[in-house]
Amino acid sequence: MDITRPTDLAGVLDALDHDPSATLLAGGTDLMVEVTYGWRRPESVVALRRVAELATWEGAFIGAGVTWARIEHGPVRGLAQAARTVGSPQIRNAGTIGGNLGTASPAGDGLPFLAAVDASVVLASKGGRRTLRWDQFITGPKQNALQPGELIVGVQLPEHLPHRQEFAKVGARNAMVISIASACLVRDPGGATRIALGSVGPIPIRARRAEEMISAERHPSAAAIEEFGRLVAGEVSPITDHRSTESYRRHAAGVLARRLLERCL
Amino acid sequence: MTRLIVNGAEYTAEPSGAESLLTTLRDRLGLPGSKNACEQGECGSCSVVLDGDLVCSCLVMTADADGSEITTVEGLAPAGGLHPVQEALLAEHAVQCGYCTPGFVVAAAHLFDTNPSPSPDDLKEALSGNICRCTGYGAILRALTALAGEAP
Amino acid sequence: MTTIAPVETTRRVAGGIGTSPRRPDGIPKVKGEFAFSGDLVEEAMLWGATVRSPHPHARISSIDIAPALAIAGVHAVLTADDVPGRKTCGQVVADQPVLAGDRTRFWGEPVAIVAAADLATARRAAAAVEVTYEVLEPLDDPEEAERRGEVFRSMHVINGDPDRRGAVAVEGYYETGTIDQAMLGTESGLAVPDGEGGVDLIIATQWVHEDHEQVYRSLGLAPGQVRIHLAGIGGAFGAREDLTLQIHLCMLALHTGRPVKMVFDRAESFAAHVHRHPARMWYRHEADPDGTLVRVEAKVIFDGGAYHTTSHAVIANGTYFAVGPYHCESVDIVGVATRTNNPPAGAMRGFGAVQVCFAYEAQMDRLAEALGMDPIELRLHNALAAGDRLPTTGQVIAGSFPVAEVIRSLAALPLPDDDPGDDPRHLPGGTGLASSRDRVRRGIGFAVGFKNLSFAESFDDYAEARVTLTPEGLRVETAAAEVGQGLVTVLQQIARTAVGIEHVEVEFVDTSRIGSAGSTSASRQTQMTGGAVLEAASRVREQVLLRRGGDDLSTDGVLRDGVVVATLAEVLADGPVSEQVRFRHPPTSVPSETGRGDLHAGFAVAAHRAVVDVDPELGLVRVVRMDTAQDVGKALNPASVIGQVEGGTLQGIGMAVMEELVIEGGVVRNASFTDYLLPTILDAPDLEAVLIEEPDHYGPFGAKGVGEPPTISSTAAVVAAVRAATGRPLTRAPIRPQDVAGV
Repeated sequence: MDITRPTDLAGVLDALDHDPSATLLAGGTDLMVEVTYGWRRPESVVALRRVAELATWEGAFIGAGVTWARIEHGPVRGLAQAARTVGSPQIRNAGTIGGNLGTASPAGDGLPFLAAVDASVVLASKGGRRTLRWDQFITGPKQNALQPGELIVGVQLPEHLPHRQEFAKVGARNAMVISIASACLVRDPGGATRIALGSVGPIPIRARRAEEMISAERHPSAAAIEEFGRLVAGEVSPITDHRSTESYRRHAAGVLARRLLERCL
Repeated sequence: MTRLIVNGAEYTAEPSGAESLLTTLRDRLGLPGSKNACEQGECGSCSVVLDGDLVCSCLVMTADADGSEITTVEGLAPAGGLHPVQEALLAEHAVQCGYCTPGFVVAAAHLFDTNPSPSPDDLKEALSGNICRCTGYGAILRALTALAGEAP
Repeated sequence: MTTIAPVETTRRVAGGIGTSPRRPDGIPKVKGEFAFSGDLVEEAMLWGATVRSPHPHARISSIDIAPALAIAGVHAVLTADDVPGRKTCGQVVADQPVLAGDRTRFWGEPVAIVAAADLATARRAAAAVEVTYEVLEPLDDPEEAERRGEVFRSMHVINGDPDRRGAVAVEGYYETGTIDQAMLGTESGLAVPDGEGGVDLIIATQWVHEDHEQVYRSLGLAPGQVRIHLAGIGGAFGAREDLTLQIHLCMLALHTGRPVKMVFDRAESFAAHVHRHPARMWYRHEADPDGTLVRVEAKVIFDGGAYHTTSHAVIANGTYFAVGPYHCESVDIVGVATRTNNPPAGAMRGFGAVQVCFAYEAQMDRLAEALGMDPIELRLHNALAAGDRLPTTGQVIAGSFPVAEVIRSLAALPLPDDDPGDDPRHLPGGTGLASSRDRVRRGIGFAVGFKNLSFAESFDDYAEARVTLTPEGLRVETAAAEVGQGLVTVLQQIARTAVGIEHVEVEFVDTSRIGSAGSTSASRQTQMTGGAVLEAASRVREQVLLRRGGDDLSTDGVLRDGVVVATLAEVLADGPVSEQVRFRHPPTSVPSETGRGDLHAGFAVAAHRAVVDVDPELGLVRVVRMDTAQDVGKALNPASVIGQVEGGTLQGIGMAVMEELVIEGGVVRNASFTDYLLPTILDAPDLEAVLIEEPDHYGPFGAKGVGEPPTISSTAAVVAAVRAATGRPLTRAPIRPQDVAGV
């Protein structure tokens, strides 16, 4: 196995240009499980841990190599709440926000926030940079638009984040658990509301009809909140698997939607 | 060839492909104290400190740890003595089969390095990535709460 | 959190019984220096790996080992044809192929084994073995299996007047899921050929002598050619009672002439060892208006999976203990252990008593409600006591059995504050922030459970130990397995107190050096090996005193009237004094046709009171507090007893709210720690334990085994508390969020 350990972005892009099919290694929390259990044998690895640019966090730009441990204690409330639920402390010290996007798991804990605020993903290759909105980047369960030779440089958040942000996650254990359903809701003082949900569809789901309905309610009544939850539950498309059932996930999506909205009022 | 500084000593290892730091420590460097219970970051038995961060060594690619400083359970006790966390766990009978113990020792020692007097809730959250199947955690919590209380 | 009151030491020897000395293996364990079975290395060692069936039921058409053998570094690939001796193994019925021959009967069944220069190559070679399967329909429904007569054991226990009826009756159907022991150390070991055709196997197991019986037969060797040594054991809980890799390791070592090591990864560990039997249970309880339980009818089906292992004994427990620790003048209990293509089920802590406790305690709560009676009063009203007859077997309960005292002591403990507060770590769902203080409803549940101690139904159950006094102190030799529970400390304490000398070393010796200690299971080693050590140590003391006419013994030597008359060196000048004892508990009998007889050596009872906070809308649960009372006979090492109580209780909590192997069509869907969830420290409740000390009729100083009782009623109490909080029936354990939320 070949490994290159560049210390700057230019070095990464050179390495990827040289070998576009190289496996990218950040925190290792997803890749190494596949390696140890023999599901994957990378021939060529580009390790990103030492790349200073990837660990930068300036204003609304979060480098792909920023760990969940940093985000957990960072200034972005909704994302910090999500970060606190990523794996265990050990995982949060290694795992990165770029890794969450690279893996693009339906259960990725950081993704509902990014979807709720319409974050963009900044990609780079030797040929240049491009920026994709989250829903252009995440194309399916564990699928994304990253091309060979390309790297996730970071996440661009909107310059002005919504005033209120709340995240919540349902799991069958009170710590270190893959989500059965998760949601992030953001709301402006004017009422504009967006909600994205995880683990209830192939990619994070934005409940746009529900958003539209509740955004028009400056001071939602109990009935409006109820209706919002009902709409969200109708807009998700969960499956039944060994972790939970379609109907419970749909139910939980509606409950989380109502509760997060109430917390944002 | 990968160069590792483990518990202050320098080692060179030739990992096979993308093998984990846990495998290298156990099977190549003769340091089996870090334990292999799940090998997917869900139990904490293989916890080590890598360049100052507590991580699961099963999720670290050895080849990516080149030049890194690593502390394992073998590196915590002073010569002829015990680390305060080790002493506290023994005093409270917090060791049964002992398979999770190295991971708890490393994680707790690292916690106390960064926060000498954690609350019981902080202790629990910091150790929520370490699974113990024998003790029910009662004795572990008693031991570490007592140690936190001793901090100046 | 438990506080342990200091125990008065009445014996003058330090570290004797009733105190809590530190465990002798503690320092190497906290330093990472303790050698577990997976840590063993040997010069020129090879690594083994196993080829497993991906199908729960299939005919093997062909196996092509050539592609595996062609890989550089591969030294051997062996199949069923290469098993030198008996082709099958099993504790009671040798029905499980060492390697599957023409058919596989469960997902993960071993088909071939390989040895290679390193682990990665061994695993690659295992993947390269080409097995052609003709996939067959799996039988995965235990009720269908029963209809087809696919049963390991069918029992019918009848007692009392079958026409007895109560004024109040309640019925229920209950299920429990498949639970994994999830000991943290996976299966691992090392086999070393002795160069003379024999082999030494160093292994983590619960019973070296039983392993020895099965291993030498399948290797086709004489018993003396195989020696089994205990390695350091990373937990067991029943998972190591049946063979997994023992024969395979020896086959590879003998075939290659090289030491061979195997370590299972977690996924393979889930596939390789037996699990707790999943259960389906139908119950009808009837009572007189005053609450007197008069009739229990039940049918319990435990699915034993593909092979026999210990199903006959697990279903026996499920049947004999189906009523709980209660009087009942008329019973009719059917117990069936079925054979299916599900993963084999066998021993796990609580061994058949856990499943029925979940059902009968739910029934007792229903009965209390139907009677309009307080559920604790109902239990007290019907509680058995020493000298009473068990309602199923009719056996008079010998030894202590303080059911009422256990219940009363537990009920008397104070309840915690009602308010969980706002910290998410105190709320259901934890830092996931799904719940909030105002969403939470509190519930309290109570459950009582019991089981027998040691082996039953006429099994010749014994333990051998040797105690030797030298001028340096005492040496205890045993082949009992120290799986983490602290037997090593308790044996030291017993020897100290019995002889009066503090220095005791416990040596775990191989099968060639001492007779069987029996299994480290059935909560039996403190009483059994402890009993052997007490008797051997007492004889050593008598002999030494006789030599010099002394009346007391200490580290200083033999004393008479408080004065040393000979030092240890002097009295042992002619050599050490050594005694070997084979200890047996009171004999048990063969059951009659209707399940009657003195089938059990003794019993222990425990109870739990769970306090839970539930978010009913999301179905999330946090166990806030779990108090318990347990009948321990005599706490030889109070801190170790508390450790067993806390650990066993949390395993029961896991089974109540999160642990289950999800099996579909015979295939396990969650064979990983990502998806088989074990309680974390944030899931562990505060716990207060009351130890009830009424001496038992056998074993050292009245002590009882304490390992299993804390697991029996824990699950039942938690689910009862969630029922109380939500009003939902919750008849299946573990409860899942969708069950609690009712969606």
